[in-house]
Amino acid sequence: MGTINDYMSRHHKDCDGVFARAEQMAGESDWAGLQREGGLFLREMERHIGMEEDVLFPAFVDRTGMADGPVETMRMEHEQMRGMFEQMRAAIEAKDAEQYLGVGETLLVLLQQHNMKEENILYPMLDESLGEEARSLLAQIEPAAA
Amino acid sequence: MLQAGLRLEQAPPISVPFRFFLTAPVFIVLASAVLLWRGPEVFDSRLSPAALAATHLFTLGVMAMVMMGAVMQMLPVLAGSPIPLPRATAAIAHAALSLGTPLLAAGFLVGAPWLLRTGATALAIGFAVFIAAVATSLWRSRVRTDTSRAILLAAVSLLATVVFGFALASGLGWGIALPNLSIRYLHPAWGMLGWLGLLAGGVAYQVVPMFQMTPPYPGPMTRYFAAAVFALLALWSGALWMTDGSGGPLADACALALAAGYAAFGVVTLALERRRRRRQPDALLHFWRAAMSSLIAANLLWAYRLVSPTHAPEALDVLIGMLALVGFAGSIINGMLYKIAPFLVWFHLRSRAGAGRPVPNMRQILGEADQRLQARVHFAALVLLAGAAAWPSVLVYPAAFALGASGMLLGANLIRTLLVFRQSARANDPMPAAARAC
Repeated sequence: MGTINDYMSRHHKDCDGVFARAEQMAGESDWAGLQREGGLFLREMERHIGMEEDVLFPAFVDRTGMADGPVETMRMEHEQMRGMFEQMRAAIEAKDAEQYLGVGETLLVLLQQHNMKEENILYPMLDESLGEEARSLLAQIEPAAA
Repeated sequence: MLQAGLRLEQAPPISVPFRFFLTAPVFIVLASAVLLWRGPEVFDSRLSPAALAATHLFTLGVMAMVMMGAVMQMLPVLAGSPIPLPRATAAIAHAALSLGTPLLAAGFLVGAPWLLRTGATALAIGFAVFIAAVATSLWRSRVRTDTSRAILLAAVSLLATVVFGFALASGLGWGIALPNLSIRYLHPAWGMLGWLGLLAGGVAYQVVPMFQMTPPYPGPMTRYFAAAVFALLALWSGALWMTDGSGGPLADACALALAAGYAAFGVVTLALERRRRRRQPDALLHFWRAAMSSLIAANLLWAYRLVSPTHAPEALDVLIGMLALVGFAGSIINGMLYKIAPFLVWFHLRSRAGAGRPVPNMRQILGEADQRLQARVHFAALVLLAGAAAWPSVLVYPAAFALGASGMLLGANLIRTLLVFRQSARANDPMPAAARAC
């Protein structure tokens, strides 16, 4: 088993792949495909954010006492993303490709910068501060991935 | 080492990057005006006064302008460390560049030493402030990625470019003899192969895989490319300096290796883009392709120039310059602006609006059709400028018009994004807009 950084970064890339497929469906007005891939993307994103907010961040705050700072910023950006997930879900329901693509594009730019900050700064801090505990946390998260 | 209180948002105020972005199109139009005014003379020699004026309007007023604004915006994300005193740094750097560039260009055009002196001094101050701010930010950062290392080497290269440029301006402005004739080559070399190439490369490692969803660049390339280019540039500079600018086998070998390295970088980038997972084409993709094709072409021509120097006409140097500056740098900058500017407008509107209030998305802030139209005009200008290197008397005027039109359309698109910001900020803001510094 690798580090938190390895596992979570890989999941970022997996989500990227689903995002690209869903975007292509929207571009081709393939509504069934968009429903499937777009739905999967939004579920995977929610799950990813959930892993962070429910498991990883609390453990990090417990260990370091840093409740504000990076964790707080990441939570704030998650909130911004959740608002956009809602808009994307509504666009899928309304079969509004233009709206889906516009919000999706904006989400992607926010998301990629967010991921970069997590992968370059926060996840390494998690691995460093949690030490051995990181392994047991990953074990908690990983079955959910299956 | 953990740093207590590390914060990850740290986005500078929107006015910090936007003042740079909005000024750049003005200088594209000014460069095209010099082409219209002086006509074929600009293409006579890359060292003709008109060519020096047009070149510096573009390299300083467009390239450095946008690159500085973008670096100040991106450092918090790329390095997790903000620029110190962002408002003051931006104000000084932007004012110095906006004033110094036209003064220097006017100094070349009319041959007035006092204009060159004033312009060069203003530029030196602006760059010194910017480089100090970037160095501080990188020094404080705990992030050590291939990108942050490339940005550091790009900043050192910018410092070298500025020092050599100031030495050249001292010769023209103050009549101080050059300590070494190699400086004439070292100034453009460190500017293009160091500052421009390393910054574009370092940013590409992150941006190309992120936004086009390509596989990552090969590990050895991201790890060693910037260091290798920097070392080759240093070695080449030493070889040129020792021979007072006349070069020799070692200098030629370094130059060929640099040309091969950059051409390879272009080929790798194009190959990665062919394997992109994101299939929706956007303006950025076309800009990157034009940039990488220009990069490859410019470096192949440069290599040819190195191995057969006696047969290469002056036109070849001008063509290489057009491909490197307008084709490579101009295209990347233009394409990146279409991601950065609408995103920043969205980001700052989102932060102000508070939860629940809708804000326009990036496509509503700047439509794809507006981007595509300007992109076509930019590509037409590039083709005409490249053609004008070969047939200046025929093509210089259409090329100048196309470049000017491209600059105006880019300016219009950026103003459009700013107007959306103003309108939406007012609509969402319970406080009078004047109460908030924009």
